[in-house]
Amino acid sequence: MALSRLSSRSTTLLQPFATTSLLRRRHISTDTTPITVETSLPFTSHLISPPSRAVETSSQELLSFFRDMALMRRMEIAADSLYKAKLIRGFCHLYDGQEAVAIGMEAAITKRDAIITSYRDHCTFLGRGGGLFEAFSELMGRTTGCSKGKGGSMHFYKKDASFYGGHGIVGAQAPLGCGLAFAQKYSKEEAVSFTLYGDGAANQGQLFEALNIAALWDLPAVLVCENNHYGMGTAEWRSAKSPAYFKRGDYVPGLKVDGMDALAVKQACKFAKEHALKNGPIILEMDTYRYHGHSMSDPGSTYRTRDEISGVRQVRDPIDRVRKLIIAHDIATEKELKDMEKEVRKEVDAAVAQAKESPIPEPSELFSNIYVKGFGAESFGADRKELRATLP
Amino acid sequence: MAARIHGGAGAGAATALSTFNPKKLVAPSRTNLPAARSSKRCIVAGGGSDASKSLSVRHSQKLIASAAVATKAETSATTGTGHELLLFEALQEGLEEEMDRDPHVCVMGEDVGHYGGSYKVTKGLADKFGDLRVLDTPICENAFTGMGIGAAMTGLRPVIEGMNMGFLLLAFNQISNNCGMLHYTSGGQFTIPVVIRGPGGVGRQLGAEHSQRLESYFQSIPGIQMVACSTPYNAKGLMKAAIRSENPVILFEHVLLYNLKEKIPDEEYICNLEEAEMVRPGEHITILTYSRMRYHVMQAAKTLVNKGYDPEVIDIRSLKPFDLYTIGNSVKKTHRVLIVEECMRTGGIGASLTAAINENFHDYLDAPVMCLSSQDVPTPYAGTLEEWTVVQPAQIVTAVEQLCQ
Repeated sequence: MALSRLSSRSTTLLQPFATTSLLRRRHISTDTTPITVETSLPFTSHLISPPSRAVETSSQELLSFFRDMALMRRMEIAADSLYKAKLIRGFCHLYDGQEAVAIGMEAAITKRDAIITSYRDHCTFLGRGGGLFEAFSELMGRTTGCSKGKGGSMHFYKKDASFYGGHGIVGAQAPLGCGLAFAQKYSKEEAVSFTLYGDGAANQGQLFEALNIAALWDLPAVLVCENNHYGMGTAEWRSAKSPAYFKRGDYVPGLKVDGMDALAVKQACKFAKEHALKNGPIILEMDTYRYHGHSMSDPGSTYRTRDEISGVRQVRDPIDRVRKLIIAHDIATEKELKDMEKEVRKEVDAAVAQAKESPIPEPSELFSNIYVKGFGAESFGADRKELRATLP
Repeated sequence: MAARIHGGAGAGAATALSTFNPKKLVAPSRTNLPAARSSKRCIVAGGGSDASKSLSVRHSQKLIASAAVATKAETSATTGTGHELLLFEALQEGLEEEMDRDPHVCVMGEDVGHYGGSYKVTKGLADKFGDLRVLDTPICENAFTGMGIGAAMTGLRPVIEGMNMGFLLLAFNQISNNCGMLHYTSGGQFTIPVVIRGPGGVGRQLGAEHSQRLESYFQSIPGIQMVACSTPYNAKGLMKAAIRSENPVILFEHVLLYNLKEKIPDEEYICNLEEAEMVRPGEHITILTYSRMRYHVMQAAKTLVNKGYDPEVIDIRSLKPFDLYTIGNSVKKTHRVLIVEECMRTGGIGASLTAAINENFHDYLDAPVMCLSSQDVPTPYAGTLEEWTVVQPAQIVTAVEQLCQ
């Protein structure tokens, strides 16, 4: 079909296809035959030849992208309402607008590859296979949460899916990510570690320390800068002398990717994984955007205009891009996609309702998991017969 | 009491490392695990911490603290077949044994590999185990401490060396937030079995920035354990215990103690991380100390014994958590406590220990707990000034005399 090279931004061609698909009344396609789509923008690279713009995907994959991104979007919006209802407290950093990065990355890697990120981790957790119920429970501080309610929004982890969190201090995950890559090299697993950080964290010294270490020992580390152009309330041009984050590795190759295009992200991550396994670290800069403020305490409109936000939403929204692709390739109709979104909404609402009913942690949980059990970690009173606290 | 071997919960390489092919892989350790692990208190070798022994009356005349080394129960060392070595060699022996035993154990730090370690603790290990297991890092404490912690999250057991403990201040964020807290904030999913070690303390005119005592800064971090070694015997034992522990352990060594010589047993032994060591049983006063101050105390003890006092000296070893059992038994016996430490006065280990003793054993005290600490000043370079910064034996003698009036 001549459509296979259709750019996703084109809207004029959609009308005639909507009518033809109505006539055909097909089911939603879950075909796995490859479709080739071109990324919205070419890749810009540093010290390396960029991958091709042509990405191979399939109907099944595009639909899963759509559904998963819609799920993430809905989860974040639900978290927004829960925060305003004071069911989620403290800091809550939302990822809506950036879903394509999480989704595209997952499509390119396996669960043996490790991911570590900062506090904007709800969607990454979901992408790694985490459940909505666990996520909402954790956000609301219930025992059924993924960290038993003791971590909170900034501390989601999923060990069995190699998701290492979830870190509150900006940039502190960079050396940890290096450590994950080191362990992968040490144990000779053919896997890589993706260390995600933001444009704000890109100015942290420990990031450059980690880069040096990773490059020195050829660690299989992919450093991903999720550049949403704002470090909390400070725009990128006001905090970085050189906003070309993919070039900041200097001796480490880099790639700049349109982070709102899930397929471009997928292509870049696949490319990066192959590179890291053979040649050591690589930096990926994902040009992305967050619709919410830095966190729920930040309205997000004092340092940027509402026009800017709505402009990005209209032109670059990741879910809309995939939606248009799906419709253009005749994989599903607009109505079917809307139904899918409604389904997703119901799923999220159900998870929220279930999480609201979950129990809060017992007082004894205060002392659990401080130390690992089994090494005499009991705190006795003066007389060994009186047990003051057991630190399991 | 012969030295018995302690089986730890952190033993073994029971992980799916099927592709791992270390340079040297030894069969699982030939440790004798006690048949019934009914008590959580693990066996300790040496130090005579057997309760009955410490309560027995020892004639003060008989005991002369001639050597600044602990009296020990019978082990191969005391019965003649042990081997003599220096403290840094003991640390190296412990480290090497653990690296032989478990391929997950690795060392990382500045100059630990080819250089052999700035205090020779890792001498020869790089040649034996390879560059990846004994890793020379660039000078980036924050990053390599974080790297060790990240590696530990996946199951490796790194021993992170700070060339001087003071440099680890640059890694404070990693130690506090990631090392100490990850086990908790992940709801128990990740364990961080790292050992962070290095020399600290006041040396010989090393200057303020190289004479830091970080135990006071780290003591509040939840989730970590802190131990301080003071003799070749407990250095090796604590090193092994720390590596086998599933918890993050900070092992404080002292710059001036690396060349202490002692005979240690040939057979394998491990010291309990949470236990204090009875250095010299006594009747009149309990002196609690750790690390280098132990030797100042023992020196003062010589003078005190000649003056007719019978001090009980306990090397607390475990700085977090405190071994309130041994300490409590001692306080109940002597009713007077003197703490001698090298930390600063403000917010030091002594301050916490004083609070703990007052809280728990107030009824048993005949006099207020006295704490001798270093002055709250940056350590000066000039030799005499530096001497006045730390507690000297003469001050300890005066303090005991004051308390025992």
